[in-house]
Amino acid sequence: MSNAHAANKSVLWDWLTTVDHKKIGILYLVSGGFFFLVGGLEAVLIRIQLMNPEMTFLTGNLYNQVLTMHGTTMIFLAAMPIIFGFMNAVVPLQIGARDVAFPFVNSLGFWLFFFGGVLLNLSWFLGGAPDAGWTAYAPLSTTSTGHGVDFYVLGLQIAGAGTLMGGINFLVTIINMRAPGMTFMRMPLFTWTAFVTSGLILFAFPALTIGFFLLMFDRVFEANFFDANMGGNAIIWEHIFWIFGHPEVYILILPAFGIISEVVATFSRKRLFGYSAMVFATVLIGFLGFMVWAHHMFTVGLGPVANSIFAVATMAIAIPTGVKIFNWVFTMWGGKIRFTTANLFSVGFIPTFVMGGVTGVMLAAAPADYQYHDSYFVVAHFHYVIVGGLILGLFSGLYYWYPRMFGLMLNEALGKWNFWTFFIGFHLTFFPQHFLGLMGMPRRYFTYPEEFGLGSLNFISTIGAVFMTVGTIIFIINVVVTHAKGKKVSGDPWDGRTLEWAIPNPTPHYNFLQTPLVRGLDALWIEKMAGNKKMTPAEPVGDIHMPNNSILPLIMSLGFFIAGFGFIYYSSAGAPALIAIIVGLGIGLACMFLRSWIDDHGHHLHKEDLLKEDKGVDA
Amino acid sequence: MKQWLRLGRLVPLFGIMMLGLIGCGNEQISALQPQGKGASALFDLMILSLAIMVVVLVVVFILFGYVLVKFRHRKGDDSIPEQVEGNHLLEVLWTAIPIVLLIVLAVPTVITTFDLDVSEKSAQATEEGGEPAEEEGPMTIKVTGHQYWWEFEYPDQEVVTAQELYLPVDERVNVELSSADVIHSFWIPSISGKMDTNPGDKLTNKMWLHPEKTGTFQGACAELCGDSHALMYFKVKVVEREEFDAWIESMKNTKFDDAPSEVAQGQEIFEQNCLQCHAVGDQGGNVGPALTGFADNDMVAGIAEHKKENIKKWVNNPQEMKPGNNMPDFNFNEEQLDALADYLMELETAE
Repeated sequence: MSNAHAANKSVLWDWLTTVDHKKIGILYLVSGGFFFLVGGLEAVLIRIQLMNPEMTFLTGNLYNQVLTMHGTTMIFLAAMPIIFGFMNAVVPLQIGARDVAFPFVNSLGFWLFFFGGVLLNLSWFLGGAPDAGWTAYAPLSTTSTGHGVDFYVLGLQIAGAGTLMGGINFLVTIINMRAPGMTFMRMPLFTWTAFVTSGLILFAFPALTIGFFLLMFDRVFEANFFDANMGGNAIIWEHIFWIFGHPEVYILILPAFGIISEVVATFSRKRLFGYSAMVFATVLIGFLGFMVWAHHMFTVGLGPVANSIFAVATMAIAIPTGVKIFNWVFTMWGGKIRFTTANLFSVGFIPTFVMGGVTGVMLAAAPADYQYHDSYFVVAHFHYVIVGGLILGLFSGLYYWYPRMFGLMLNEALGKWNFWTFFIGFHLTFFPQHFLGLMGMPRRYFTYPEEFGLGSLNFISTIGAVFMTVGTIIFIINVVVTHAKGKKVSGDPWDGRTLEWAIPNPTPHYNFLQTPLVRGLDALWIEKMAGNKKMTPAEPVGDIHMPNNSILPLIMSLGFFIAGFGFIYYSSAGAPALIAIIVGLGIGLACMFLRSWIDDHGHHLHKEDLLKEDKGVDA
Repeated sequence: MKQWLRLGRLVPLFGIMMLGLIGCGNEQISALQPQGKGASALFDLMILSLAIMVVVLVVVFILFGYVLVKFRHRKGDDSIPEQVEGNHLLEVLWTAIPIVLLIVLAVPTVITTFDLDVSEKSAQATEEGGEPAEEEGPMTIKVTGHQYWWEFEYPDQEVVTAQELYLPVDERVNVELSSADVIHSFWIPSISGKMDTNPGDKLTNKMWLHPEKTGTFQGACAELCGDSHALMYFKVKVVEREEFDAWIESMKNTKFDDAPSEVAQGQEIFEQNCLQCHAVGDQGGNVGPALTGFADNDMVAGIAEHKKENIKKWVNNPQEMKPGNNMPDFNFNEEQLDALADYLMELETAE
């Protein structure tokens, strides 16, 4: 609420219309956090059902709904938005920019994700959630009764459009809006990973969009893309899904790599070891990510030649990943490692991710995958990389950037409890699952007979889930405590190295009063070592041009949300659904028209006001 | 040097772990207790990859642990560590060593991939001049996945059965996999890896099975296929060749009219209500599982103990036992149900 023209409007209105990357980052974080709790609750329900053999707590179709929504929610509605939250909150600051390249599109991306997520979750209250797994393999998904899978297709289509916009926005931002002197090879590693992730989004999400359109046409308009009886082919869906789905894995994990790189370097008080190798490894992982999708399909029957090629290509990814691990370890080598909560999560990430990585190589051995595939071994593997990798990375990022995002320091004592309960709980939950898979427990089973001897390991796994729940609750308590009586901190509480720590707290609306001049990697650290208290400015203080807030993104997304409902019910409701489609798309198109028609040049913050405000902050 | 010594100490530990893995789980279903050639080849590959990966883990963990202890921040030490840019030799080293390790793993991976492929294996078997059952090569079994049961057809022998797969021991059989509805995945962990059953004629898959021990093993569906995905188990009965031949013979000779006269009432109920979907002997449809020789089955519906109570429970309320399956509810009265169950308990194959 720093700019004057919004002062007489309500706080709520400000949040609904904001185009400020810092506020959109918080919006992403809060809604992603909410969906994380929903997905976590679903995980707990799954673990309760599997606690003992032959339980009847959650069976059959309802179990399938919960497992589908757990996977879908965690990937699309929790992990992705939280990553976008960090990218929004941090990337413009790290490159010395005042906002992203397209602030309006940024806001639109958020609201599309939000309404898509809400639409998908409304299925719980409207006749049942999707039940064909987060992978929605046809023909199970095309023949699933009820509207669950329609909610899946439309909800994710809308959310996915938002993600694609966000990806393009960050590509443009990082290419065009770097401060003077910030060459590509001086960008902080988090910005690099955000850049590569955005590139992956640009190329991977269109495949998913097309796949969803085909699935939607099969379900809503009775097309036959995936119906073998009508000349279609169900395997096409698997290819389309995984051509998106495998890069998606790297879309998720690369930003975590970026966070770890920042946190480990900062808390070792050392420059990142082998920076250029790290950058190269990031790009290589992103590139190889498009070459390996069929390793999700080793048992589909693609033949020994295809299986061999994809097996070897998959193994190759281990090499750049290994480079990263060793560079992190050697960043710490010779450093002065401080075990703050942020760093604890990063330090916990490294061995955990190595374990997920080695099971990844084991899975890459195509024939051995005939045993692992769709068993609990795979479940263990991808939770090691997504929870043990990504989620630990996100927690690390939260504790690290919380002072930047909210101007408050999360409680360190609670943070350590948060880490240890979550970390121990995680290993307790997922380590036994490797063995369950090898002992013959297939994935997505709601029950298992007593005589197969799978009971005790499943019980341990459920105990672990309890610990993880406690860890998450401690985190929520930490957030509440921090906001109730947390201490305000300076702009640079960690002795930071990169530009986001060069600005005062709370972050001014315009980020940088003067665009900084970047003189090397770890720009702020360089100035500190040169004895400067501040960044050297690249420009004199002048008027700052900022974008105007707008309610249009929200209304436009609402339009698509309404149209989504129409499409979902089109096959059963007929005319009323058609009206919803027309009204919804009409609202969307009208907003697009207004956006194009009305010239919006933004506003200027004047030099005199800025100088007054700046003094106030400094004092 | 010290590190390498420490590593040496871990070798016996590693051996114990391997022994621990072997013999994990129930031998009917565990992939860690291979009972067939396919599963053995896969187990060897799993152990090789695990061994390489444990070496990687140990090296990284030792290095990591050392760094964490040695380079932690000590109170009052405000000095700034040297800002090292990197080290080319190290970068080359930790790129090259993993490449070598991966090549060690990749070569057997590719070899095993081709070994497990049906066309390769058949050709090889003919060269070796093994003793296949039929002169054209290994016997073929057609497996069809249904929501939520398995159909097994022996086309050359003209036998169709369901839920229990009979295999001759120490012989390779080829399996052709397809699906009648959604994608399923055919998995007998202790005998071989899994392969998907895809809908449509063009996507039929082939694999081979080569059990090496007689006994009963457990098969399962490994691809989410609907509400009762978790209940789509089947039994694999590996028997001596003579026993197998005898079983085929008796299956072929079984006639619908063979049923003993004491259960004539049940047979009549069956003929009117069940026969259009379920085959018995020489009569009946193929929408539901064939019931020829049902009396000898281990399970009712693949999941419940084989007893009269469970048959009655199943027939009148199949949705309760296997939600989402395609069998309609029948509202037989107690007397009809008894008669029907008695009849089903008498469904034996011909002598």
